[in-house]
Amino acid sequence: MKRRDFIRKSLSAGLITGTALSFGGYGKIFANSVFSGLPYDLVAVKDGEPDKMLDKALQALGGIQNFVKKGQTVVVKPNIGWDVTPERAANTNPLLIKRIVEHCYTAGAKEVYVFDNTCDNWSSCYKNSGIERATKDAGGKIAPGHSESYYQQVSVSKGKNLKDAKVHELILNSDVFINAPVLKSHGSAKLTITMKNLMGIVWDRRYWHRNDLNQCIADFSTYRKPDLNIVDAYNVMTRNGPRGVSKADVLKMQYLIVSTDMVAADAAAAKIFGMEPEDVKYIQIANEMGIGQMDLSKLNIGRIKV
Amino acid sequence: MNLSLLKRTRVVFSSFLLISVLILFVDFTNIIPERYYDAVLFFQFIPSLLTFKNFIALSGIGFIIIILLNLLFGRVYCSFLCPLGIFMDVISYFSKKIKKIKRYKYLYQKPFNWIRYSFLGIFIMAFLLELTFIVSLLDPYSIFGRVSSGVFRPILIKGNNFIVSVFQNFGAYSIFHVDLKPAPMLVLFVSLFFLILIVTLAFTKGRLYCNTVCPVGTFLGFLSRISVFKISIKKDTCTSCKLCERVCKASCISIPDQKVDFDRCINCYNCLTVCPEASIEYKYISAMNSFKKGNSLKNDVNPNRRQFLGILALIFISKKLRSQRKVVQNTAIIPAERTVPISPPGSLSIDDFNDSCTACHLCISACPTQVLQPAFTDYGLIGFMKAVMDNHAGFCNYECVKCAEVCPTGAIQLFDLEDKKRIQMGKVKFEKGNCIVETEGTDCGACAEHCPTKAVRMVPYKNNLVIPEVDDKICVGCGACEYACPTTPYRAIYVQGNAVHLTADKPKQTEQQKEIEEDFPF
Repeated sequence: MKRRDFIRKSLSAGLITGTALSFGGYGKIFANSVFSGLPYDLVAVKDGEPDKMLDKALQALGGIQNFVKKGQTVVVKPNIGWDVTPERAANTNPLLIKRIVEHCYTAGAKEVYVFDNTCDNWSSCYKNSGIERATKDAGGKIAPGHSESYYQQVSVSKGKNLKDAKVHELILNSDVFINAPVLKSHGSAKLTITMKNLMGIVWDRRYWHRNDLNQCIADFSTYRKPDLNIVDAYNVMTRNGPRGVSKADVLKMQYLIVSTDMVAADAAAAKIFGMEPEDVKYIQIANEMGIGQMDLSKLNIGRIKV
Repeated sequence: MNLSLLKRTRVVFSSFLLISVLILFVDFTNIIPERYYDAVLFFQFIPSLLTFKNFIALSGIGFIIIILLNLLFGRVYCSFLCPLGIFMDVISYFSKKIKKIKRYKYLYQKPFNWIRYSFLGIFIMAFLLELTFIVSLLDPYSIFGRVSSGVFRPILIKGNNFIVSVFQNFGAYSIFHVDLKPAPMLVLFVSLFFLILIVTLAFTKGRLYCNTVCPVGTFLGFLSRISVFKISIKKDTCTSCKLCERVCKASCISIPDQKVDFDRCINCYNCLTVCPEASIEYKYISAMNSFKKGNSLKNDVNPNRRQFLGILALIFISKKLRSQRKVVQNTAIIPAERTVPISPPGSLSIDDFNDSCTACHLCISACPTQVLQPAFTDYGLIGFMKAVMDNHAGFCNYECVKCAEVCPTGAIQLFDLEDKKRIQMGKVKFEKGNCIVETEGTDCGACAEHCPTKAVRMVPYKNNLVIPEVDDKICVGCGACEYACPTTPYRAIYVQGNAVHLTADKPKQTEQQKEIEEDFPF
């Protein structure tokens, strides 16, 4: 890069950023892609296998290189909450996790960690979800999240009910954070997607349940925006979530959503599930707090059928 | 045959056994397969006896083989198989290293027969009356288990956590932290008491514990009076050098009398290796013969009047204890707390469980969720230290039968996983007045999230909220709801134990209509 180009580019970048900041709540006025430099705000893929759909989505977003740079450490946070087998769709599809880790290494990632603060016994969850195997097969590292000693106190300055939380050190220490939830029904929050998945990077969840769960989910989403959200909606648990009772709770829907905006991703996933985003309280609250854009009509969406 | 080979065999075999048993109890990684547990614990005397009593199956014949071996060779169990005994040998070995001058330190001691037969009497009575509190307190295997699980394991875990925290600074996650839920103090106190007692006795007096307190030792000693092979002294070649007496951990060789009290001999074979004149024999001696000769044992065979009266008193006391054996009801009137404890899945009922559990704490060590904890007053005195489900420490994993796999006594019986998922250990109780949804007017649902059968599910409530609704017919009593419930100081949802376990209904499952749109819904 020539010096002249450098100056020109930095100046224009600075100008854009400055303008954006002066508007405030920019997400509501412009599509995010204007600022992120990405071709789309959100990419939705349909009718493929989990790994193939991810390839398509990342290709549409200009490749994993836009999110993971050479030598960076990456933390991937799937949902591994339950000690059940992959076909029960209570945890993120292991095939998808494997592909995510592979993509990160393709981009030159130094280390890729995968963890969750599980609900059932952690080692059984890691094993029976198939995610431990998938991660190791792709060369990634499985990290534990079952002990308080891995969590550090942070403050959530923009939170209303949730002012602080103990967050897993990998989230604090990694360069790139990829949020990879599975779309599921949820008894109290109605749906669990990207924002709800962040409950698995904190230690004390009981506090959230005591202090208005929906508000806390939205509050914590202000803490650290994941660099990428990848929603697995291949097999979808349509009822009895988040744990499910049997395979009969699961429908094969074959969707995948990728976005840097959690609110947008949750809104699109809610639509796929058959619900309106505003019917899910925390999506509504997060939208009002300016965390992201719930109105899909204002977004630049890439739609791909495999 | 070179008799010194016997001792070497004993040392190798017993070291191997001690390490194997220790690994079972201290393992915190849950990687040991079930078959290994069965193999290692097959020859534990009391667990095997209880397994036989419960199932009358081949898996419980270990104690019969021990008795047969005992009738042939003497107390083989005490030196080759008893983990507590072998542990004492390790302590005595190191005591010799430390006190170098007194290397050969043991001398003949008279047996404390009144004490040992009293302990045996108490033990047999307790066994017959199914007062397993006393059985569990004195069973050597279970004592070793409790010490390993309650003292050694936490120390190991602390060490592990220290190393992990060092590695954590370098971003290494292949080894991991273990958060240990603390056991009741009194349980730990009992384990520590036995540990200190045993270490002290072993350090100074060898196997005095085995020949004074241990009822299994006394019982097997009683049997070894009629053993076919016995250790004795060749009077014509013995030079009374006392080497054998000084290495005898059981203090049962008396050189002045040139006699071996084989009743107390624990078959360590130390004497066979040290005798310079090869004057110690291990050979066939007819039982009748040894009685005729007027062995020192003869006086002890019949319990005297005092012992008889003592045993009568014990029966009386144990009857008293048995009549008190009821699930203790909490007297304090607290709305949301269980009054009937939850016994582990596969234990059939609280009574069945208490009849067979010896509180060895193997299940507590093996339980992956730590929901199994030593009971304090949960079952009453009879169940002190035995395993109980503590839903504040964890909850029973729906997909797990680990406790039943490892239980050596049959107190927790192994069911197929699908059958285990139907065992109802207790029933869910919902205390609406404590619930966040009612008191705070906000959504929560932590209980329903965790429920594996949807016995707890969220239903519409006022102000567009959802509130738990329970169906105890499909509840298995796993306690996940109670564990997850965030209310303090009492929970809004808890499990009331079933004194007799029941069978839960299968959760209803209807097929879903598949209607997936052709195009994107946005």
